[in-house]
Amino acid sequence: MGSSAVWSLALATFAAAVVEMVEALTIVLAMGMTRSWRSTLWGVVAALVALTGFTAVAGYALATWLPESALQLVIGGLLLVFGLQWLRKAVLRSSGRKALHDEALIFEEQRRDALTASDEMRFGLDWFSFVVSFKGVFLEGVEVVFIVITFGLNAHNMPVAIAGAVTAAVVVLVLAVVIRTPLTKVPENTLKYGVGLLLATFGTFWSIEGLGVFTDGRESLPWPGADLVLLPILAGWLILTRILVVALRRPVAQSAAAPVASPVESKVD
Amino acid sequence: MRFLKGFYQFWYDFIIGDDWKIAVAVLAVLLAGFGIVKSGTYNPGVLTVSLAVAVAAAFTVALLVDVRLTKK
Repeated sequence: MGSSAVWSLALATFAAAVVEMVEALTIVLAMGMTRSWRSTLWGVVAALVALTGFTAVAGYALATWLPESALQLVIGGLLLVFGLQWLRKAVLRSSGRKALHDEALIFEEQRRDALTASDEMRFGLDWFSFVVSFKGVFLEGVEVVFIVITFGLNAHNMPVAIAGAVTAAVVVLVLAVVIRTPLTKVPENTLKYGVGLLLATFGTFWSIEGLGVFTDGRESLPWPGADLVLLPILAGWLILTRILVVALRRPVAQSAAAPVASPVESKVD
Repeated sequence: MRFLKGFYQFWYDFIIGDDWKIAVAVLAVLLAGFGIVKSGTYNPGVLTVSLAVAVAAAFTVALLVDVRLTKK
């Protein structure tokens, strides 16, 4: 694997992980600053423990019991759905049909929800902040795990893929400690579009290749040009989404009234 | 029961997200691919490229339906 390929892999997982972690951070900050830091941080710790267990179990099961083609079908199918969800939002935002993702606004909405939620206590913890931070970190974390697995396996270099994600975690965490507000300066909309293109590309490649699990030999379906076909697939998604942006573009006056992304929608943002 | 409901909701949010049409579009293409592979009469090179084009077409249709429904 050449050094440019290593850097590309590290950058791809870094960008994807930054996007997910910034979203998780917004939720954690909103809960911690509004309700209880202790319960919120326990939620984060519980999510990280659950995430480690999930990764170990899922990774072992996928690597041990499933043929490679089945792994490609399952992971590729999921990535394709995630990637297309991200591209859908990117197209709607770029064409003015949906407001840009705004961490400050989402933080405010989360904060408002936190203030009006019940004060139920369980195990000595503020249950609302524990559950919300747990779900936020676990949900975004599982997406990172799938992305790292796909990019790492495809490039046959899992350590670099993991290093990209871990670096993203450290960078986001350090920035959070220093700034102590949602990371609104991160160009999330652009990053999401770029990562969405990558996810849709790898998802298309893997899920279709993985259909080979239904052949007698259970071998992956061969693409013309093997791995090189990833480039035309990427170009195809880029061109299609640019065409859709132009075709669906709204006049400026109408786009100003576009609905803002809700925290619920931001789960797969 | 509450746990099961939460568990279901978590995975629904995770996989389906806020637009079920995207997941349905992907599933429909993969099911079509499954049917063709099972039939045994296909050229692998043609099939892979055709399915990729089908995914792009299904995504476009899902997005256009979405925009049309939002307009109403």
